[in-house]
Amino acid sequence: MTFTSKSTITQLQYLDEEGNVVQPLPAWADNLDLLVEFYRHMVLVRTYDKKAIALQRTGQMGTYPSHLGAEAIGIGVGAAMDVEDVYVPYYRDMPTMYMRGATMVHNMLYWGGTEQGSYFHRPDGKLSEDFPICVPIATQCTHATGVASAFKLRGEKRVAVTAIGDGGTSKGDFLEAINCAGAWQLPCIFVINNNQWAISVPRAIQCGAPTLAQKAIGAGIPGVQVDGNDIIAVYDAMLTALNRARAGKGATLIEAVSYRLSDHTTADDATRYRGSEEVNAAWKREPVKRLRNYLHNAGVWNEDKEQALQAECNAKVEEAVQQYLNHPKEPPESMMDHHFEQLVEPLASQREELIKKAMRMEGGQSHG
Amino acid sequence: MAKVALIEAVNMALHHEMARDENVVCLGEDIGTNGGVFRATVGLKEEFGFKRVMDTPLAEGLIGGLTVGMASQGLRPVAEFQFQGFIFPAMEQIICQAARMRNRTRGRITLPLVYRAPFGGGIHAPEHHSESVEAIFAHVPGLRVVIPSSPARAYGLLLAAIRSNDPVLFFEPKRIYRTVKHEVEDNGQALPLDVAFILREGTDITLVSWGASVNETLIAADRLAEQGIKAEVIDLATIKPLDIDTILNSVRKTGRLCIVHEACRSFGVGAEIAAQVAEKALWDLKAPIGRVGGFDTTMPYYKNENYYMIQPEDIIEGVQKVMECSA
Ligand SMILES: Cc1ncc(C[n+]2csc(CCOP(=O)(O)OP(=O)(O)O)c2C)c(N)n1
Repeated sequence: MTFTSKSTITQLQYLDEEGNVVQPLPAWADNLDLLVEFYRHMVLVRTYDKKAIALQRTGQMGTYPSHLGAEAIGIGVGAAMDVEDVYVPYYRDMPTMYMRGATMVHNMLYWGGTEQGSYFHRPDGKLSEDFPICVPIATQCTHATGVASAFKLRGEKRVAVTAIGDGGTSKGDFLEAINCAGAWQLPCIFVINNNQWAISVPRAIQCGAPTLAQKAIGAGIPGVQVDGNDIIAVYDAMLTALNRARAGKGATLIEAVSYRLSDHTTADDATRYRGSEEVNAAWKREPVKRLRNYLHNAGVWNEDKEQALQAECNAKVEEAVQQYLNHPKEPPESMMDHHFEQLVEPLASQREELIKKAMRMEGGQSHG
Repeated sequence: MAKVALIEAVNMALHHEMARDENVVCLGEDIGTNGGVFRATVGLKEEFGFKRVMDTPLAEGLIGGLTVGMASQGLRPVAEFQFQGFIFPAMEQIICQAARMRNRTRGRITLPLVYRAPFGGGIHAPEHHSESVEAIFAHVPGLRVVIPSSPARAYGLLLAAIRSNDPVLFFEPKRIYRTVKHEVEDNGQALPLDVAFILREGTDITLVSWGASVNETLIAADRLAEQGIKAEVIDLATIKPLDIDTILNSVRKTGRLCIVHEACRSFGVGAEIAAQVAEKALWDLKAPIGRVGGFDTTMPYYKNENYYMIQPEDIIEGVQKVMECSA
C-alpha cells in the first residue's frame, strides 16, 4: 500500500486539571510574570462576565453571550498577537477583543444596544483595524482570509486571526475560508472555540469526525488540537502558528477544546438539553483554577494576592459599568448618518422626519 | 376550545400536519431536543421521533439545499431558520433552485417545501435578529410569501403552506408571538393562500398592512374613528401572490389608500401595492397613495430601535396627510 497522504491529530497540553505539569514547559513559560499577567486578565474577564449577566438580568443590558470557561482561549490568543495584527472576532470573544483594546465598556455598549460599542482603539491608542463583533456565524472566517491576503499582497509581516465556535465549523464559509488560506498560503490563523455545544446541539451530532482540527487536512494546512483550558498550550500553539505565518509558510487551524460552562446566551436555558453531571465534570477542568494552582505551586501566587486581585477586578468592573451607564446616548438620527459617505436621499429627508418623530415620542407634540 | 398564542398556533399546525401526513418532516437548528429557540417545535421530536424532526448541523445553505432534495422525493420539509436574518446563506438555494425547479423541469420535479422564519423588530434583540426582508423574497419568481398576523391565521395559513406544492416562505412576526391568545380550533382547516383579510370595515380610507404592524394599524383605526375617519383595515397575509382584488374593491369604496409596513420604505411590498393600485384604480382615488414604512436604514441596535418602529401616531399622521390632500 502506498500512502498519498497521512495525517494525525494530537492534543497539546502542558497543565492537567489540577495545574500539574504533564510535559516540559516551553522556554517562554519560564517567565512567571507573564503567566501571572495572563492570570490577572483571566480573572478580570471572568469578573466582568458575571457582572454582564447581572446587568442583563436587571434590564440594564440586552442579550449577552457569556464566555465562562473560554478565558484561557481568549486571553491566550489575544496575548500572543502583535498590536499590528488584525483580529476578526465572533460574538463570544470579549476576552480576545479586550486584550486588543476593545474595553469592557465597548462590550457593554454593544450588548447594551448601541453601535458605539464597535468604535474602538488599539492599546497603543491608534484606531483599531480589528473587525467588530460578528453575529452571522462563520462569515468572519472569509474576512480573515481577505485581510490575510491583503497582508500578503503588500508583503507585510502581519497576521489575521479569527475565531469560531464548534457549530460554526459546519458552515461553508469556514471551509471555504480555510481552503483558500491553504491554497494561497496566507498568514491567517483560525481558532475554533470548541465548547462542545452549539446552543442545544452537541458536538457529536454537529460533525462525524473525531476532531475538528482535522478539517485542516482537507485545506492543506496544519491542524492542531490544544487543551483550551490550558493557557500555556493555547499561547504556545498561537506562537507557533504566528511564527509560521510571519515566516511566509501560511495558515494554521487551532482547535481549542473547552466547555461552555454557561447558558448559550442570557436568552437560553441550557437545563432543557444537557444534564448537570456533564457541567459539573467540566467545572473540574476549568481554566482559571488550573492556572491559579500552577502559580501557587510555582510559589508566585497566594491567598493574599488572590484576594487583592479579586478586589481590584471588582473595582475595575464597577468603574467600567458606571462609564457604560453614564455613556452619552447617540441621538436617534445617528441611525441615518453612517450608511453612506454622504447623507443621500431619501435618508436626508427621513432624518428630518425622524427628528420630528423623536420630539413627538419624547412628549413634544401629541396626536390622535 | 383552547386559547393559543401565535407561536402555539404554529406548533399546533405542525403537530396536525405531521400526524396527518407522514411525508411532512421538520428540520432546522435547535428544533429537536430544544424545541426551537422560540419553542415553535416543542413536542414534535417526542411525538414523531428524530427521523422526522431533525436537528441539522449549523449551516443554512445546507438547510436550503437539503429541503430541495427532500422535497424532490415527495417529502414535505418544513425548515426553520432561527431568525430571518440568518436565512441569507440559503439564498442561493432558495432563489436559484427552489424557486425555479418546477419551471426548469416543466413540472416534472416540484418542491412542496416551507421555509419558516421569525422576523421583525421591537423585541430588543441583538444585531441581525430584527429584520423585515419579505420584499427580497416576493421579488423572486416562483416563491410564495405568507405572513400571518393572528393565531388563527398562523394556524390556517401554515397548514395551507405545508399542503401547497409550491415553495413557501412563511414569516412569523415574533413581536406578537405571545402578545395575544385567541381561540383556535385544531380542526385541520387550511386558509386560502391568496386571499387578504378585511379586519375592519370603513368608508373613508383603506389601510393595508401585514405582520406585527397590523396591530398598530388597528389601534390607529380606532383612534381615527374618534376623529370621525372611518378606516377599512386589510391584513394582506399572503404577500405573494398578492390579493390585489380585495385591495382594489376596498379602494373603489373608500377612494383613499395608505400602506403600512415595518420593512424599509423604499423598493418594498408597499411600492408594489401602490403601483398596482395606480395602474388599476387611479381614477377611483381621491388622493395620492400614502406609505408609512420603516426608515431606509439598517435596523438600529435596540437603544434606538423604538424610533425606527412604526407607532400608531405615525399611521395617524400618514392618514391625515392623505385625507388633507383629498379632492
Ligand atoms: C448564520 C447564523 N445562523 C444561526 C445563528 C444563530 N445562532 C447563534 S449562535 C448559534 C450556535 C453557535 O454555536 P457554536 O458555533 O458552537 O458557537 P458557540 O456559540 O457555542 O460559541 C446559532 C445557531 C447565527 N448567529 N448565524
